[in-house]
Amino acid sequence: MLRSRRFEEAVTDLWEKGKISGEMHLGVGEESIAAGVVAHLKDGDAMALDHRGTPPLVVRGVDLVLILKEFLGRADGLCCGIGGHMHLFSREHFAASSGIVGSAGPIADGFALAAQHLRPGNIAVAFFGDGAMNQGMLLESFNLAVAWKLPVLFVCKDNGWAITTRSQHVTGGNLLDRAKGFGMPALEVDGTDVEAVWNAARQGVEKARKNNGPTFLLAHCIRTEGHFLGYTPLRKSLESMMGMVGPLLRSLPARKGASPGERIASLGSITSLIGRTVAEKYSKRRDPIYRVRQRLKADKSRLNEIEKEVAKEIQQAVGIALS
Amino acid sequence: MKTMTLADAIDDALAQAMADDPRIVVFGEDVHGLRTSLFVRFGEKRVRPAPISEAAFVGAAVGAAMAGLRPVVEVMMVDFIGVAIDALLNHAAKVEAFSGGKWKVPMVVRAPCGGGYGDGGQHEQSLWAWLAHIPGLTVVVPSNPADAGGLMLSAIEHEGPVVYLEHKLLASNMLDFLGSGGRKTVQYDVPAEGTSGPVPDKWMPAPLGKAAMRREGKDITLVSLAVGVHRCLEASAILKKKRISAGVLDLRTVSPLDKEALCQAVSRSGRLLVVDEDYRDFGLSGELAAVVLEAGIPVRYGRLCTEETIPYCRELEDQVLPSSKRIVDAALKLMER
Repeated sequence: MLRSRRFEEAVTDLWEKGKISGEMHLGVGEESIAAGVVAHLKDGDAMALDHRGTPPLVVRGVDLVLILKEFLGRADGLCCGIGGHMHLFSREHFAASSGIVGSAGPIADGFALAAQHLRPGNIAVAFFGDGAMNQGMLLESFNLAVAWKLPVLFVCKDNGWAITTRSQHVTGGNLLDRAKGFGMPALEVDGTDVEAVWNAARQGVEKARKNNGPTFLLAHCIRTEGHFLGYTPLRKSLESMMGMVGPLLRSLPARKGASPGERIASLGSITSLIGRTVAEKYSKRRDPIYRVRQRLKADKSRLNEIEKEVAKEIQQAVGIALS
Repeated sequence: MKTMTLADAIDDALAQAMADDPRIVVFGEDVHGLRTSLFVRFGEKRVRPAPISEAAFVGAAVGAAMAGLRPVVEVMMVDFIGVAIDALLNHAAKVEAFSGGKWKVPMVVRAPCGGGYGDGGQHEQSLWAWLAHIPGLTVVVPSNPADAGGLMLSAIEHEGPVVYLEHKLLASNMLDFLGSGGRKTVQYDVPAEGTSGPVPDKWMPAPLGKAAMRREGKDITLVSLAVGVHRCLEASAILKKKRISAGVLDLRTVSPLDKEALCQAVSRSGRLLVVDEDYRDFGLSGELAAVVLEAGIPVRYGRLCTEETIPYCRELEDQVLPSSKRIVDAALKLMER
């Protein structure tokens, strides 16, 4: 968990320095889900990842230098500089990611189908967000997995957001009930509690290994860095703030359009989204790393040792990647 | 005349149309955040954020258009249209034909497209020819703010489905959102004339299917669209120093294609170089060759297109996407023969 956090902090630094181009989606806040689930995986198990694929890959043991070099667009990176952070692939780990929301479901089904035929006892895990729960292909993949009794663990990292829209604003019903509706067991955990995730994931993984079909795991977590690095409400510059506020104020009095009440309501919902984004950035109590630290605080020297070890590992990886 | 960014021009034209016609509704992922000014002015009933369900909301746009609304539906990036392609391929594009011309689908699918900012091959495609391949779809790709607003207006007024693509290097809001994220440490090769420029005080529809000759030239005709037009203009300026007169034709719409303008320009110069950020094989560049051949125009032909999955690595990406340097090289080669 800490390795993933420190790694992504280093990635943030490289991104800020302009050494990484384009978007950068972090998995900060969901490390506990990656750690709690991936801990159960063994050789031959597969992972279908989304655009926040870094934490599961770090936890799975993919070479940090290779991932970093990929982010730097280097020919000797994990995917030869062609993939980038949203398209990370490690064939030896059976790990594939995609930036198309919801696509992890069908791919995991396919991995699981191959396991059924070629590697009985192996399983597939699909990682996706609550936003993906409205994507048809993901829901279809649930049904397929149940109908074909595929060994899949579907892991929904529920951070409450669908890109920059609040999920509850665009989602009907309850996600747990929705998954149950497909006829598979559905478990709900606090995704910021790594032990809770580990315990729940174990049930799903064991069931799948015995070829008893898929399980759905709903793990609630937080998203502290916005949708991606540089997400507008989290920028510090006044210029960005004015860029956001200016058009809003001009639109308020514009002739023709919605009633004043509707306009105020729109303005209110934008303000609340920004407020929510900023508040989450500082919601320390639900930070999975903070929670583990609290739990282990009795053994301060061990904690310090881990912190040091990890910091050293990441520093070395960055050094090698940049050299 | 006033000056506006391409991004603002599109929204401004859209706002003008929405103020005049209450049937126009906007929906798609994050539209409240991406189109804040429209969201505030027209309210959530008409500017509605959608779940990440492209198949459902693009499909719903088809139904809504058939039943009297004029939806402008947004897909976060054209790459993601793959999820919703059935709604376009088998429904939006076919209803008019299937109903014997009695039922039309006046909808606009708006999507950012294009690369050049290191976002990888699943987020930087152009796909305009792939979409234009489908009979019944109109595909629009503006290269400057004035066209962007005018074409948005005509797309909305059109009685059939229109895919309206805005290139992310030209739409400064999208580039800021996706490419730089507020950083001053990254630079992308952004053509200034495309991102900001003069626009009319009141928007008038720009005709669909009409190309624009951006620069006259008697030796060779460079044909392109979106960012490619600006790369061609840069190349044309370099070629001029080498005493080669290179004309630049901006297609503006892929479908319907302005065959007349193409044939006229090529028959004058006798040389055609297609500069297309979309994929080369089975695409727009081949189509333009076919049009010229079918018209019986003798021509020396070349093309510069994207030939492979767009690499994430910026240096590799620059080698894959058409650049002014590669346009110059290709044009010189055509001049030799």
